[in-house]
Amino acid sequence: MCLAIPAEVIEVLDATRARVSIGGVVKEIALHLVEGVVVGDYVLLHVGFALGKIDPEEAQRTLEALRALGEPLEDAA
Amino acid sequence: MKYIDEFRDGSAARVVAERIAAEADPAREYRLMEFCGGHTHAIFRYGIPDLLPPNVRMIHGPGCPVCVLPIGRLDLAIDLAMRPGVTLCTYGDMMRVPGSRKRSLLRAKAEGADVRMVYSATDALRLARELPDREIVFFAIGFETTTPPTAVAVQIAAAEGLHNFSVYCNHVLTPPALVHLLETANPEDPEPVRIDGFVGPAHVSVVIGTDAYQRFAEHYRKPVVIAGFEPLDVLQSILMLVRQLNDGRATIENEYSRAVVAGGNLRAQAIVGDVLEVRETFEWRGLGDVPFSALRLRAKYAAHDAESRFAVVPVKARENKACECPAILRGVKRPTDCGIFGTVCTPENPMGSCMVSAEGACAAYYTYGRHKAPAIA
Repeated sequence: MCLAIPAEVIEVLDATRARVSIGGVVKEIALHLVEGVVVGDYVLLHVGFALGKIDPEEAQRTLEALRALGEPLEDAA
Repeated sequence: MKYIDEFRDGSAARVVAERIAAEADPAREYRLMEFCGGHTHAIFRYGIPDLLPPNVRMIHGPGCPVCVLPIGRLDLAIDLAMRPGVTLCTYGDMMRVPGSRKRSLLRAKAEGADVRMVYSATDALRLARELPDREIVFFAIGFETTTPPTAVAVQIAAAEGLHNFSVYCNHVLTPPALVHLLETANPEDPEPVRIDGFVGPAHVSVVIGTDAYQRFAEHYRKPVVIAGFEPLDVLQSILMLVRQLNDGRATIENEYSRAVVAGGNLRAQAIVGDVLEVRETFEWRGLGDVPFSALRLRAKYAAHDAESRFAVVPVKARENKACECPAILRGVKRPTDCGIFGTVCTPENPMGSCMVSAEGACAAYYTYGRHKAPAIA
């Protein structure tokens, strides 16, 4: 029920609607719950609404932290 | 897909799992509760229990809205659906949940009730515009994630003057349920469930933010790590919990920082605050009455509140005695402890809500083969 999927904004239609691509599937979604969405943003799509935006830099940081785990404990901690 | 595939990388998962095994102290047990049904599902889908050392145990929490909705509230929805002139709109998960006397919304539909499965609250709004002579009732369930869309729908209905649109509100709140799990020993349980730390919800936290969990660290001294729903997110958060427990720390950490910030989604919170208010108490399946744990429509939106509009009278329904859903939802029993699991009760013919919802612990055990290996689970 609380699942939300990353969707790429491909067109902002007006203040409350956008078209997004979910792995190539295009869908119109509601923007009432987020501010300042622009084309190219990734939003979390939940029951037809963008619930929040995905921060690409934070995503990168998490992946780097995961990669660092492969290194010895002193460095990873 | 971007932001999904890279968080499912198998070789990275093995590295994190090895790290957990290396850092977990064999002299102690780590009892970690994943609150959210979405995490339970991910844990079994990706075989995470098999990657963990035996002393790191995942306890499945009650974060499955379909599972925790008491039978009495479902019975009321079915009653609403059976009323002449009513079209009841529901998320698909609710359709097959058995209510009293094995009635379900699906069965009500077969008997002639107008029950529609919708993907979004906006679909129910569209129906209200298209069918002005029908009473459109949106059966709203879910945690903080699903609540803001319901609130937006109510605001739109009020603004457009859609007098035939109302909401049967069953939205529930995560933090009060966590408090209840830590504070309240159910009289039916031989002993309360012991929880050392929490894998915190992903998308609930997008809305409410990490600050909403501070009291669990400060007052209850339980570490919470907010985690995304992908397998690497879950493993990483387990490692972070193991490290906190090893260090004797209890803080709120955010593994899902790509989507969750400290204050949450303030815009969504403001919309929810405008439309909904906290109920003094609400019954949860498995947990019983939990104070300040659910929402209802504010008086100014009473015209769109199905409960006042249709003069709904609360009912208490009895649980099926053979079904262990309540104890499973409290984390004191596992699905395999239930006498009807996988025999009488299957996803095709569910007896309890935990087997209906894909997020339910029973469905997760059944679907991903845990029922074949109870010794590991």
